[in-house]
Amino acid sequence: MAALDLLDRRLIDSYQRGLPICERPYAAMAEQLGVSEAEVVARLQALQDEQVLSRVGPVFDHARAGASLLAAVAVPETQRDEAAEVINRSAGVNHNYAREHRYNLWFVMTAADEGQLEARLDALEAELGQPLLRLPMLEGFHIDLGFPIPWAELEGA
Amino acid sequence: MSHVSHEPVPCTDAERRLRALLERGLPINPRPWLTLGEQCGMSESEVMACVYRWQAEGLIKRMGLVVKHHALGISANAMVVWNVPDEAVGELGRRLAAEPAVTLCYRRPRRLPDWPYNLFCMIHGTRRDRVLAALDEIVERQALQAIPHRVLFSLKAYKQRGGRYTREDDSHDRRTPQPA
Repeated sequence: MAALDLLDRRLIDSYQRGLPICERPYAAMAEQLGVSEAEVVARLQALQDEQVLSRVGPVFDHARAGASLLAAVAVPETQRDEAAEVINRSAGVNHNYAREHRYNLWFVMTAADEGQLEARLDALEAELGQPLLRLPMLEGFHIDLGFPIPWAELEGA
Repeated sequence: MSHVSHEPVPCTDAERRLRALLERGLPINPRPWLTLGEQCGMSESEVMACVYRWQAEGLIKRMGLVVKHHALGISANAMVVWNVPDEAVGELGRRLAAEPAVTLCYRRPRRLPDWPYNLFCMIHGTRRDRVLAALDEIVERQALQAIPHRVLFSLKAYKQRGGRYTREDDSHDRRTPQPA
């Protein structure tokens, strides 16, 4: 697990949202945190290299950005890694998890529009040779993974 | 709290290129908007104006550091699925969404006979036992003892990255982090 110091934590706590939109956003963040722009740039690059950050950037609204859908497939456990590879290779897949259920692989597929999405799902279903459970979002009540990080709990975990 | 909208967001060619670049993340250098502008054929100020507008329109929900929770040790990721009577699902969804431990909550269709669950919520935590304890508290507090549910912990993340929605994505869609 990545070891993060106080500045890393302050960066994450302060800027999971509200990244300044100005010519030098990292300088604006640095000023707020009382460090240099170079320090912020170096920290962000390191956090990204260590895969603590997926990226610095926007989170798009699923529905307005295009089409997306949660799908699941039930494959024999012995073929799970292989099936997961097939899913990963499929265009538009951004999340792919093994979960504890008969439907053991769960993934999100995105596309520019519904037509492209259905075509991608049909192609993947044929390649997997298993029916996909297709679960589009009907209503979102809370969709935001920018939640506060429980640093103290992580230290004690 | 919104119903899913499929309202199209109109885009010029340069704006579509900008979106495709932004989906991969902002360059980490002193003038990231300038760099993006050079890559998509817009000026720095046009890029910033566009991003402002996308935020105002709700196409961009948040802008900042997108954390990989697993890397920090927030590795107990439970998808809790509920079989809620249709007439109650909206209200219960809003109540679950307001629970501090719930990080995501949405309604999806049932797929009978295989899949009777129509409400999903996610609880992310550092340890499985803590996530289950948080769920017990929610069941108790919201009086959900009569609502059938299942907990699907994640066993392994095979892929985790931001959504890619632009059509030209296919050609370079192979875990490439960010264009140079």
